[in-house]
Amino acid sequence: MHAISLGLTLFATWLLLSGVYEPFFIFLGVLSCVIVVAIALRMEVVDRESHPVHLSMILPIYWLWLGKEIVLANIDVTKRILSPRLNINPTVFRVQASQGDELGKVIYANSITLTPGTVTIDIDDDDLVIHALSETSKGDLETGEMDRRVTALGGAG
Amino acid sequence: MMFAAATAALVVAMLLALVRALLGPTVYDRVLAVNSFGTKTVLMIAVLGFLAGRPDFMDIALLYALINFIGTLAVLKFFRYGDMARPGGRPTAGEGD
Amino acid sequence: MDMLLDIISGVLLAAGSFFIIVGAIGLVRLPDMFARMHGAGVTDTLGAGLFIAGLMIQGGFTLITVKLFMILVFFFFASPTSSYALANAALSQGEKPWTRESDNTNDNKEDSSSKT
Repeated sequence: MHAISLGLTLFATWLLLSGVYEPFFIFLGVLSCVIVVAIALRMEVVDRESHPVHLSMILPIYWLWLGKEIVLANIDVTKRILSPRLNINPTVFRVQASQGDELGKVIYANSITLTPGTVTIDIDDDDLVIHALSETSKGDLETGEMDRRVTALGGAG
Repeated sequence: MMFAAATAALVVAMLLALVRALLGPTVYDRVLAVNSFGTKTVLMIAVLGFLAGRPDFMDIALLYALINFIGTLAVLKFFRYGDMARPGGRPTAGEGD
Repeated sequence: MDMLLDIISGVLLAAGSFFIIVGAIGLVRLPDMFARMHGAGVTDTLGAGLFIAGLMIQGGFTLITVKLFMILVFFFFASPTSSYALANAALSQGEKPWTRESDNTNDNKEDSSSKT
């Protein structure tokens, strides 16, 4: 099931990137997709972690929310960078990641880093070490809303 | 006109990143500056494609984004371990469910 | 209609350029490597996002727009990964994050004491 979806994704990418729709070139595309899927199967990297089909329905909703957070955090960081006295107070602290699996933790850590003002600098089992630019960024993260939403993603799959 | 202004803004930002790459006290500052410079280069190639009326530039921009990412990781791995052949990270293979 | 699309994409390009320059200023102004990563993050997320959105409107419904969208998605996946790799490499080599407490100039001391 993952192999089929991987093959379809690869073929769609091929069609979009090539822009040439003659039978011979489409044949070449199908051939390369089959070869790539065969190699991926042989390497045993086709599983729910590398190709999370179970998330594809619910992930766009999460991305919309994340996009809103990114815009708000960007505006905050922009104000701090442009303020003449450089109004920052960097701190390092830990947050608990309540996702059980590694995929959830990776999504959570990457979402934290993608939001300006907070960067994941280390992962220590279930604890993420975060470097925050200011108290505001730290406070936003410590409400735990992002953690809750990422955990909900894992629960849906 | 619009694209020319955007290109000028990108050149300014690239010069600032270059300043950090030249000043940067540690090697990581330089890697960060070069990575940021690469991001701006991708955007620059894309906007130049529109400026020159040659949309094929988008393929080059996409490729440059990929190379920039791999290049950053390769440089970091080199500075961390001193050679490229050593496997990085924690040994987790075979522990998955 | 064309005029309107031009205006929208011009505004998006200008906003994107603004955030890219802000990120670059942050890269120069902020005090240490870990703080500078936040500046680079502004360039990589909102700056690049608005900029590419502006270009996508110019591209219209063509393969160019699809390719620009792929670049954008790739940025959003690659940027946190390389940030994490960079921070972790710096941390494992013994870089210490800069804080107000480790800085010993006078005007910063009163700032940190008023916060606690």
